Amino acid sequence: MSPRWKERLRWTNLWPVVGLLLLALIPILPVGRSEGHWLTLQDWLSNLADRPIGSDLSNLFIYCIVALGLNVVVGYTGLLHLGIAAFFGIGAYLTGILTIAANPFHWGFLPTVAAATLGAAAAGIVLGAPTLRLTGDYLALVTLGFGEVVRFTLRNLEELTGGTKGLSPVPPPTSGVQNGGAFDWAGDYRLFYYLLLAALVLVLIVLRNLERSRSGRSWMALREDELAASCMGINPLRVKMVAFALGAGLAGLAGCLYAYKFSGTQQPDTYDFNHSITFLCCIILGGLGSLRGTVIGVFLLLGFDNILAPILDAAIQHASANNGSNPLLTFNNWRFLMFGLALILMMRFRPEGLFPSRTMQEELHRG
Amino acid sequence: MSFLVLASVENSNAWVDLLNYLIEGLTIGALYALIALGYTMVYGIIELINFAHGDLFMLGAFLALTLIEGLGLLGGGVLATIATILFLSAVCAVFCATLNVTVERIVYRPLRNAPKLAPLVSAIGVSFMFMNLGQCWLLTERRVDAAHDFDHPPLFTWGEVGFYVCGPSDQNVPNVVPDKNLLYEAPPVAAETGAAAATPDVHHVRFTAKDLLVWAATLPLMFCLTLFVKFTRLGQAMRATAQNPTAAQLMGINVDRVISLTFAIGGALAGAASVIYALSINTINFQMGFQNGLYAFTAAVLGGIGSIPGAVLGGFIIGLVRALCSGYIDQNWNSALVFIALIIILIFRPAGLLGFQRREKV
Repeated sequence: MSPRWKERLRWTNLWPVVGLLLLALIPILPVGRSEGHWLTLQDWLSNLADRPIGSDLSNLFIYCIVALGLNVVVGYTGLLHLGIAAFFGIGAYLTGILTIAANPFHWGFLPTVAAATLGAAAAGIVLGAPTLRLTGDYLALVTLGFGEVVRFTLRNLEELTGGTKGLSPVPPPTSGVQNGGAFDWAGDYRLFYYLLLAALVLVLIVLRNLERSRSGRSWMALREDELAASCMGINPLRVKMVAFALGAGLAGLAGCLYAYKFSGTQQPDTYDFNHSITFLCCIILGGLGSLRGTVIGVFLLLGFDNILAPILDAAIQHASANNGSNPLLTFNNWRFLMFGLALILMMRFRPEGLFPSRTMQEELHRG
Repeated sequence: MSFLVLASVENSNAWVDLLNYLIEGLTIGALYALIALGYTMVYGIIELINFAHGDLFMLGAFLALTLIEGLGLLGGGVLATIATILFLSAVCAVFCATLNVTVERIVYRPLRNAPKLAPLVSAIGVSFMFMNLGQCWLLTERRVDAAHDFDHPPLFTWGEVGFYVCGPSDQNVPNVVPDKNLLYEAPPVAAETGAAAATPDVHHVRFTAKDLLVWAATLPLMFCLTLFVKFTRLGQAMRATAQNPTAAQLMGINVDRVISLTFAIGGALAGAASVIYALSINTINFQMGFQNGLYAFTAAVLGGIGSIPGAVLGGFIIGLVRALCSGYIDQNWNSALVFIALIIILIFRPAGLLGFQRREKV
C-alpha cells in the first residue's frame, strides 16, 4: 500500500467517514422485529423519544451546511460574520419565489437549487464588494446590519415575500418530473434524509478539497497575518470576497433545501440575528476552521436544542403532570442562557473549540 | 413659531406635523444618546463592542417595572412623581452599574490579552444570557384586595404581591407620568394657533409630560458627564487610558480601576435610560435591549465611536431619521433605514462624524 493510502486509512483520519456511514445506516439498520416487520434504528429511536428522529436529523444536516458556510468566513478567513442567517433566508425565499404555484415560474428542483445558491452568493458579493475593506468589529457590524435589513425587507415586501407569513407551499422536489408522483416526500422521511445527507457529504468533500487548495491556503494566510499575506502576493480583497461569496452560497443552498424540507419559507423571523448567533455558537463550540468540529458542533448544540431539549421537556412535563405550569422548569426557556454561557466559557477556557484544527490551536495558544 | 400664524390652515398643519416629528425624533434620540454613551465610552477605552449593553438597559427597565408594580409606585402629585422617578432611577442605575462592573470583572478582564474576537464573542454570550434573564424575569403584581384574584397566575406570592414569569410577550408599564400635552392646554399656545383652534382637524404641537421627563433627565446627565470627563482627575485618567493604556499605567494610573469606572458609568447611564424609557414608551419586552442597543450603537458609530459629543449627536440624528421615516415614508421601514444608514456610514466614513481615524498598528 502506498504511504498516501496508509495516511488516509489511519483511524484519526477515518473516523469522520465512519461517523457519516453510521448516519447513513440509521434509517436502514435493523435492530429488532415487531409484528412481522424489521424495526430500524430510526424507528427504535423515534419510539424511544416519541419524536420523528429521522426528520429531526435531516434538519440538522441542513444546519450543518449553513454552519459550514459560516465556517468558511469565520473559521478559515477569520472575518467575524454576524448575518449568515440572512443568506440562509435569501436562499429559502428565492426557492419560494421560483417554485410556489402563485408565481408564474414553477421551476424544477435542480435549477432552483442552482439559482438559490448563486443568488445568495451574488448577494454576498453585493454586500462584500463595498464592505470587505473594513476590518474586525466594523465588518461584524455591517454583516449584522445587513442581516437585519434583509429580515425587515422580507417582512415588508409583502407582494413578493408573503409578509410575516412567508411563502408556501413549496412543491416537493420531484414535482413536474415524470413519475415524480411515485415518491412520497411528505410521508417517507428517508427521501429527504438521504437527499440532505448526500448534499452534506458533497459540501464536505468540496470544502475538504478547497481547504488544501490555493484559495483555502490563502484564506488561512489572511487569517493569520493579513500584511504578511498581502506581501506574499495574495490580494486580500479578492480572496476575502471569494470566501464571503462561498459562505453566502452555501447558506443559500441550505436555505433552498430548508424551504423544500418544510415545503415553505417559514416566517422572516426564522432568519434573524439570534439564528446567526446560534450558528456562530455551533462553530465556536466545535472548533473554528475545522470541518468535523463544525459538524460536531451543530450536532451537539442544535441537536440538543432541537431534539434532546424537547424530549427532556416532555419528560419533565410528564413527571410533574399535575402542576406543569411552571415555565422556569423547561429547557426551552433557558436556551439563550445556555448558548450564552457556552460562548463565554469556550472563549475563556478553550477558544479553539472542542475539536479544533491543528493550525487554529497553534494560533490561539501562541502567546 | 410665529410663522404658524401666517400660514394657511393646511399649510400650518403640515408644519405642525413636521414639528411634532422633530420633537418625537429628538426625544427618542435623547434616549438613544444616553445608551450610546455607554457603548462609546467602553469602546473608547478597551475597543470592545459591548453587545450586552442594550440588554443591560432592558434588564433595568424590567427592574423598574417590577418595583413600580411591587411597591405600588403609581405617582400622584407632581412631587410624588418626581420622587418616584428619582428613586427608580437611583435603584436601576446602581443595579445596572453593579451588573456591568461584575460582568467586566468576570468575563472581559481575563480576556484582555486574548485575540480581539474573544471578548466580542463573550459580549454576545453575555447579551444572550441577559436576554434570557429578561425572558424569565419575575414580574410583580399587587392584589387590589384579598377577594380579587391575580390577573396573571402567580408562581408564588409574598404578602399582597404575586410574582409571575414575564415570558416573551410585551409588558405594559403603568402611566406614572401622564401623557398630557403641556403645550396645547396652556393659553399662550392656544392663542398662537389662532382662530382655527376651534376646528377639530387642526393639528397641535405636542410636547407631553413624558417628553419633558426625557429632556429633563437626559440633558443634565449628558452635561454632567461631559464636565466629569473633561475636568476631574478621574475623567483625565479615563481619557489618558483611552489614548494609550500602557503609557497611562506608566504614569501611575490604575488602568483596571479606570476600566471598572467606565463600565460603572456606562451601566448607570443605561439604568437611568431604562427608567426613562419605561416611563415614556410604556411597552417593554425582552428583545427591546437588542433593538434599542443596535440603534444606540449605530448612533455611537455615526457620531464617531469613542467620542462623547459624537454619541449624543448621533443619537439625535438616529432619532430624527426614525421619526421622519415613520412620518413621511412608512413606519415598517424605519428600522431597515437605520441599518442601511449604518452600513453606508461604515463604508464611507468609518470614523464617524466627530471621530478620528485610528491608524492600524502593525
